[in-house]
Amino acid sequence: MITLKRLEMGYGKVNVLKDLNLDIKEQSTCAIIGPSGCGKSTLLYGIAGIMQPSSGQLLIHDQPVKENRKETGVILQHYGLLPWKTVWKNAALGLKLRGVPKQVIEEKVSDVLRKLHIYELRDKYPVQLSGGQRQRVAVARVLAIEPDLLLMDEPFSSLDAIARESLQDLLLNIFNNSKLTIVFVTHNIEEAVFLGQKIVIMDQGSKNISHVLKNDLFGDQTLRNKPDFYRLCTDVRHSLQEKTTSL
Amino acid sequence: MSIQTFIYKYKTLYGSLIILLTWYLLYWFINSPIIPSPFVTIIEFFSLLTDDLLLHILVSLYRIILAVVISLVLGISVGLFLGINDKYDAWISPMIYLLYPVPKIAFLPVLMILFGLGDTSKVMLVTIIIFFQILVTTRDSVKGLSRELFFSIKSLGANKLQVYQHLIIPAVLPKLLTALRISIGTSIAVLFFAENFATTHGIGYFIMDSWTRVDYVQMFAGIIAISLLGLILFKSIDIMENRLCKWIRLEKINE
Repeated sequence: MITLKRLEMGYGKVNVLKDLNLDIKEQSTCAIIGPSGCGKSTLLYGIAGIMQPSSGQLLIHDQPVKENRKETGVILQHYGLLPWKTVWKNAALGLKLRGVPKQVIEEKVSDVLRKLHIYELRDKYPVQLSGGQRQRVAVARVLAIEPDLLLMDEPFSSLDAIARESLQDLLLNIFNNSKLTIVFVTHNIEEAVFLGQKIVIMDQGSKNISHVLKNDLFGDQTLRNKPDFYRLCTDVRHSLQEKTTSL
Repeated sequence: MSIQTFIYKYKTLYGSLIILLTWYLLYWFINSPIIPSPFVTIIEFFSLLTDDLLLHILVSLYRIILAVVISLVLGISVGLFLGINDKYDAWISPMIYLLYPVPKIAFLPVLMILFGLGDTSKVMLVTIIIFFQILVTTRDSVKGLSRELFFSIKSLGANKLQVYQHLIIPAVLPKLLTALRISIGTSIAVLFFAENFATTHGIGYFIMDSWTRVDYVQMFAGIIAISLLGLILFKSIDIMENRLCKWIRLEKINE
């Protein structure tokens, strides 16, 4: 679904990504992990169409990515909720912007809010919610537009461990029950192993991908309780350290 | 009902009572015509209201509201433009920074010569004062919006107009109302001064006219009128804020 060929991206004359190649299959998940400053967020911004590549190819369904691809849903680090809109209005925003009829919005938004267990919060404002609840609203807002591609930039990084795991479970559930492709950036190894079918490890020195791991354990809701999970986490940790120590 | 809840519930009534009490004490101690009795003044105020005081209040109110509307339209448009376009902001802000702190009242003679002695120069003066306040506030609150909010709303499919409608305008609104509240206080003071010249209407004229006629009761009735004028304007801004920016109040409670 997503093809990156000899991709280069940067800010002005500074290259953040260099000669990067990657394929992401449809209806799969891909975790991008690496130390801060390795360009993982830049890569996600590129796929989202927020930033343009300086050279190389960045294709979704063989089409070059342009700004505002309609079927791409993006969740950024601080959720990007509008503080002056209630949970309901935030969740309905994407549909409203697309000019979807009111009745359809009504139906779809109540559906998605119920699915994420935040229907009771529909009249609250973001400031009245906990971090985990805000994150659910951000997920609801994106799911309401029924994307085929979901992009997330360190989605759960500011949540406590319990809220984080329950949202990870929720996301896996959503993935299993839909035809989504999910690409997310994280600095949390457990998150990458639990949610990433493919784990892409990036390295700061080479401005490129250092390892790509295929995660055969993916999809198991009880994975966190199994020794294999920790073995894979250790593998990922080694791959990450290998590069940082060689610097 | 405890005193605390009384004060909280009836702020304006409580304020008026304390001021009237102080006024009465001053009247009693000073015992000179320069401070008339509050009760006599209030009775005078109501009898003048049916005479011509109401007209003076309305003329001043008209001047202020006209100035507010003009400066909102101009200040918001220029402020949004500069807030969004960094390049033009770099060209224009240095001038704004130099002109912003200048007391605009100093330009009253210039305005009077250029725009005549009538209403235009007075409205212009108040407009310039509010305009700068609105312009700077609007520009700064647009600049203070995080890039992430722009990215998020664009990735949801917003076009330019929708970015204004759902992001920029609601973000600017509460700060705009605060700026308006501050600048209206200043503009009443300035209008009072401007109404001393070349007019026979307006609350400023009324107060100064009573003074020159040594009618202190009438002068104080005029002061009551000007404070009511300010109160009405402040309260209308409060009502707008409660209606339009409910989330701001929640933010204050939850912080």
